[in-house]
Amino acid sequence: MSYSVTEPSARQKWIAGILVALYAVITILPLVWIIATGFKTPSDSIAYPPKVVFQPTLEGYVNLFTTRTRQTPEYMAEHPPQTWAERIVAKYDMTIVGPSRFGARFLNSVIIGFGSTFLSVFLGTLAAYAFSRFKVPLKDDLMFFILSTRMMPPIAVAIPIFLMYRTLGLSDTHLGMILLYTAVNLSLSVWLLKGFIDEIPVEYEEAALIDGYTRFQAFRKVVLPQAATGIASTAIFCLIFAWNEYAFAVLLTSGEAQTAPPFIPTIIGVGGQDWPAVAAGATLFLLPVMVFTILLRKHLLRGITFGAVRK
Amino acid sequence: MAQIRIQNLRKDFGAFTAVKSSTFTIEDGEFFMLLGPSGCGKTTTLRMMAGLELPTSGEIFIDGEEVAQKRASQRDIAFVFQMFALYPHLTVGGNIGYPLRSQGMSRTETRNRVTEVARILGIETMLDRPVGGLSGGDRQRVALGRAIVRQPKAFFMDEPLGALDAEFREHMAEELRALHDRMGATTVYVTHDQLEAMQMGDKIVVMNHGVVEQFGRPQEIYDWPATLFVAGFIGSPAMNVLPFEGMVGIGATSVNLGGHTFGMPELREGAAGALVLGIRPEHVALDDASSLRGEVLATEYLGTTQIITVRTAFGAVKLRLPSGRAVATGGQVGLGLDPRRITLFDAATGQALRSAANEKVLSHG
Ligand SMILES: Nc1ncnc2c1ncn2[C@@H]1O[C@H](COP(=O)(O)OP(=O)(O)O)[C@@H](O)[C@H]1O
Ligand SMILES: [Mg+2]
Repeated sequence: MSYSVTEPSARQKWIAGILVALYAVITILPLVWIIATGFKTPSDSIAYPPKVVFQPTLEGYVNLFTTRTRQTPEYMAEHPPQTWAERIVAKYDMTIVGPSRFGARFLNSVIIGFGSTFLSVFLGTLAAYAFSRFKVPLKDDLMFFILSTRMMPPIAVAIPIFLMYRTLGLSDTHLGMILLYTAVNLSLSVWLLKGFIDEIPVEYEEAALIDGYTRFQAFRKVVLPQAATGIASTAIFCLIFAWNEYAFAVLLTSGEAQTAPPFIPTIIGVGGQDWPAVAAGATLFLLPVMVFTILLRKHLLRGITFGAVRK
Repeated sequence: MAQIRIQNLRKDFGAFTAVKSSTFTIEDGEFFMLLGPSGCGKTTTLRMMAGLELPTSGEIFIDGEEVAQKRASQRDIAFVFQMFALYPHLTVGGNIGYPLRSQGMSRTETRNRVTEVARILGIETMLDRPVGGLSGGDRQRVALGRAIVRQPKAFFMDEPLGALDAEFREHMAEELRALHDRMGATTVYVTHDQLEAMQMGDKIVVMNHGVVEQFGRPQEIYDWPATLFVAGFIGSPAMNVLPFEGMVGIGATSVNLGGHTFGMPELREGAAGALVLGIRPEHVALDDASSLRGEVLATEYLGTTQIITVRTAFGAVKLRLPSGRAVATGGQVGLGLDPRRITLFDAATGQALRSAANEKVLSHG
């Protein structure tokens, strides 16, 4: 059997283009829906058929960030709304009594997401460097062992971890969540980074060693700058995982250290089915990783192909 | 400036022995060649000398001080890699000055030293350029600059011209040798190219399979190879080797090859069994009176000389003749061997038999 490689015809290109566009629309539709819902009024959000054209409002966002209480019409008349946010809730005879917990939960996500990403990449870089450059006894077995932690779905160990965390007092703490996500991400981080560091010619460090640097100085001044791309893309992968993780977050956090993913669904219960507020929360939650990924997409793409090519 | 002495140096990688038991001495100011085919352990030897690899056993003395277990940075040597390991994010000047900055030298003094080195290498106009766009030769000049700028005790170079194309290689080789002659620093240079080694080196160590085959001046090694390997590796074309069965005794001044008798330097040791007679092509002549005869298989012109290949009872023998001499292919010729230039080898051990001519050379091997 023989194959010939030919330039696709204009027709084939069209078909391919349409298929890609169709796929893009299908994957992007839920995202557009969520973003749009965030700017609808509660009644618009559940209208049937769904409204594509609507009067945008920030109601969902105001509800997301505030706690409100219903007042008598007399009270409302005596205390006219002062700010634009108060005016929005005044339509429902409500006043703002304080901030909601969303800000704190979002901050938890930031602390835990970036904290575990930093730790995963930091430890991963050191481990990958050691595996790449030194004679480590049982190196191949260790590398496989590290990878094998990835083969089991993390939630399979949920119950032991739950019990362990309760005993250790790590339940619902930032430290506990950072350690957990780091443990999950570390295998990916070591493997990806080892790929990158393997690609850096060892002569650079050896030249530095001969020039009078210590091993650690050579690592810091010669290896790190050249591994920057790999470190950046590994960081994105780690962040995406930690940021989006839901199952462990539901299981292990409820207050103090609760991250945004388990918090957002609870908004539904606060004062009726407030879909716009949920959608607003989801939209804001999407933003950091989306912006981060778009900014670093060149590294990311290079990271995927670069790290994947192993000798 | 340094004398470097290697004593019974050995390196095992697991069960594999890359360097068996090397012993040789590099005198202060020498341009010293580590020569051998790819994979014979040259790089490993050099890396042990530099401190990039720890020897399994043996000793390395730099100026009398034992350094085998010392860190690379404590040996005060410079290493030029085959792959020009320049820092991509620095300029030419930045790369050359890097080792000085790492030693904590001031900015102005670094600048002065870098400029001086760049002038020596003829790259002073490039100092502010990024290294990315440089040609192979210029990159290697920068790598040399990095080495020179520190004024180390010795330079170690691992096939520094290996990645350059042939024409430019020759030019850089000359430049390197001239640079060495001006600076006078001990230089250890690794190459698998026997011509390069012969042209540039003051002394040569020939290695094969992790073993030092011979150690000496280029001329000595060329004239009096210590082993069959060296005889076959050095020279192009290589030394003729004529295998035969026979017996020679101490004091013999001639050897009998299946009925043909040839005079040779007086032997200092005897041997019997499978032997090999070695002689360079330029020491074989056409001689109608000789009983060793054969058919001319080919002639190859090399400008001023030509190489004639003759089929004999002992295999093909090559002669180097002035190219003016016409020799017809297919004709029968007799071959005379210069009696002062013959080396006998024991085929079983591959070692040259000691004779009046080569004993001096072999004794310091
Ligand atoms: N780090 C190493 N681990 C295992 N084997 C090695 C290592 N370095 C070199 N070798 C082996 O040792 C032998 C000599 O290598 P090397 O010194 O690089 O040879 P050369 O420089 O003469 O070509 C080769 O067979 C090579 O495969
Ligand atoms: Mg080598």
